[in-house]
Amino acid sequence: MSDIPIGPTATARQQRLETADGTPLKSALARASRRQKLRALALVAPLALFIIVTFVLPIGQMLLRSVNNTQFSDNMPALVQWFAENPPGIDPDEAAFAALVSDLRNGAAQRTVGSVGTRINYEVPGTRSLFTATARRAADLEPPYREALLEVNSDWAREDIWAAMRGASQAYTANFYLAAVDRKRDLDGNIVQSDPQNRVYVQLFLRTFMLSGVITLICLLLGFPVAHLLATLPLRKSNLLMILVLLPFWTSLLVRTTSWIVLLQGQGVVNNVLVALGVIGDDGRLALMYNQAGTIIAMTHVLLPFMILPLYSVMKTIPPSYARAARSLGATSWTTFRRIYLPQTIPGIGAGSILVFILAMGYYITPALVGGATGQLISNQIAFHMQNSLNWSLAAALAALLLGAVLLLYWVYDRLVGIDNMKLG
Amino acid sequence: MVRAGHDDGFVVFDHVQKSYDGETLVVKDLDLSIGKGEFLTMLGPSGSGKTTCLMMLAGFETATHGDIRLAGRPINHIPPHRRGIGMVFQNYALFPHMTVGENLSFPLEVRRMSRSDREAKVMRALDMVQMGQFVNRRPAQLSGGQQQRIALARALVFEPELVLMDEPLGALDKQLREHMQFEIKHLHDRLGVTVVYVTHDQGEALTMSDRIAVFNDGRIQQLAPPQVLYERPDNSFVAQFIGENNRLEGVVEQLGPDRCTVRLTNGEIIDAAPVNVRGAGERTVISIRPERVEFMPERLPPGAHTLEAEVLEFIYMGDMFRTRLRVAGSDNFVIKSRNSAGQARLRPGETLRIGWLAEDCRALDAA
Repeated sequence: MSDIPIGPTATARQQRLETADGTPLKSALARASRRQKLRALALVAPLALFIIVTFVLPIGQMLLRSVNNTQFSDNMPALVQWFAENPPGIDPDEAAFAALVSDLRNGAAQRTVGSVGTRINYEVPGTRSLFTATARRAADLEPPYREALLEVNSDWAREDIWAAMRGASQAYTANFYLAAVDRKRDLDGNIVQSDPQNRVYVQLFLRTFMLSGVITLICLLLGFPVAHLLATLPLRKSNLLMILVLLPFWTSLLVRTTSWIVLLQGQGVVNNVLVALGVIGDDGRLALMYNQAGTIIAMTHVLLPFMILPLYSVMKTIPPSYARAARSLGATSWTTFRRIYLPQTIPGIGAGSILVFILAMGYYITPALVGGATGQLISNQIAFHMQNSLNWSLAAALAALLLGAVLLLYWVYDRLVGIDNMKLG
Repeated sequence: MVRAGHDDGFVVFDHVQKSYDGETLVVKDLDLSIGKGEFLTMLGPSGSGKTTCLMMLAGFETATHGDIRLAGRPINHIPPHRRGIGMVFQNYALFPHMTVGENLSFPLEVRRMSRSDREAKVMRALDMVQMGQFVNRRPAQLSGGQQQRIALARALVFEPELVLMDEPLGALDKQLREHMQFEIKHLHDRLGVTVVYVTHDQGEALTMSDRIAVFNDGRIQQLAPPQVLYERPDNSFVAQFIGENNRLEGVVEQLGPDRCTVRLTNGEIIDAAPVNVRGAGERTVISIRPERVEFMPERLPPGAHTLEAEVLEFIYMGDMFRTRLRVAGSDNFVIKSRNSAGQARLRPGETLRIGWLAEDCRALDAA
């Protein structure tokens, strides 16, 4: 009998297990479960496709639009080429003006000059008409074009307009993000603060955060006892309470917001009752809406269920024996709440708070209806740029910042509490 | 109502009644006195009122009527956290967000004990249940038996004089449960605390208790040490509930001071000890434990009445044989015999005569 080598080779063979007919166990397992995997894949494929088409693509498009704007670069090819050949610092020469005139003639013929003017107008307000008016007369201009253009409008000599056109000649730009945080580039390309009358977005972002925070806090304070009741009342009573909590979901958001207008306005129910009770005088009616107070009241009402439901689902799982145990161990009811009950509701508090906060940050219709001037949120500005000013790139940049803020918040939350610790239902 | 032994009354239920809905009484006129250092078990089927009694004692339910006294002091109006009663819950109720050490430290913290005292006591309590090395684990990382020990240690760490246990072993498997029964019993012996233990498992109650209060329908049916309860049940509920029991129905034929004869439904006559039968002609249920039935002719008491029996089924159970017989028209008469050398193994279809000592057979109420 010779020695059979027992060592690394033998161990390696032991580790790679085989089935009875000699195929490796791993591949046999993979083959056996392939059918199931394919079927599972086929089942989720429609949803995956739906999400890609309705969620990933639009958001990707929006993010692209926030850094990519071709309104100028597509329609002013000659001038774009001149900018490409002449680096920054070189003053526009006759060739530049000739290129400008040629592009304006084309623009007038193809009716694209309005779009070009709009693009420059984002950077230098009040310049859209400069482009449209000049384009209308571009066909009649004779060389030398510099003098001819300056004769039409002396603004064509302005350095800031040329700087803006140079900037816009690049399709990709970070300028919309700068505008979204109240910054712009000066003539030398440095980043400086916008003009005071144009600084609105930073303040609006801060206000959005602040109001969302206040609304989240109020929702938590109001929702916690309700969720606790829901979780502890006998079934029949808690069902009734649950219906009351869910009732708002069955009513149109618009109807709910309008009913708040009925309640809160100067001649509304709340003020009338207070005046009738003599709490306030007829001339001292409270301004409860068309300001931040209106936004906070109405949004708290709308978002309250989103706080209550996650809290409820967590509280439902906390057996009453914990509180009893704590009491039997000598804790007062306050200590029991603080040390035993509250820590176990953290996943619900976290889930509810982050849900309400994120929803509040993006809320649009309620502040638009009851917020007045001081109760507007950033989403109202985004809507404004989408629908009125048609500066979609700026709207996209603002929305992207909002998205970034939400993701950042998620990250911070994950760090502090842990996403695994969140329970939505 | 029996009030045996411990009459110093460390825990006293004095005519306690409890109703949840104002229409039915869950606990009906409960009188119970528990001595200091006693291990008393409240045993009964679910809905018998035993847990309600425990909850009233712990302070989580209020008595509708009557007084509950602890060490002579009425505690009806003392909130649970000031009663100083340790409690072990059915599902342990260990705080999931705290480590084992923090769980044990909690009752000491709320008593404003210094840090060093706390640590010493926590370690002592953990060592007591052999769980010292688990101080930094979380409850979820422990097995059921380990959680059970921690719950026990937590109920004892602040050195209460009275510990309540609400079916604490219900969630454990059989082997672990039997092991923990002994451990709890030993802890009780060692620490000398008074324990009120609630269970519906009669084996558990018999193993551990000094006295057992059998609850049914909101009343204590019998309050007695395990041996008395098992061997001399007061009524047919207790006889049926505790251990395995054969019942035969009949009518009292003759009634003496410590002996009566009963005519069974098929006309056969048997001897029994009268317990709560009042006179001849009364209907009765006689109760006999399976292991007290004799079927070897030489072991039958001389002169005793015997009954005709037919073997229906023979079950081999390892240490025991369990034989089902047809006796006096009843198909559910069971006898048990030890699997000892030379023990007879009966075959189905066989007929034999069975009998017993009259004092092992008790004539009870015909409930």
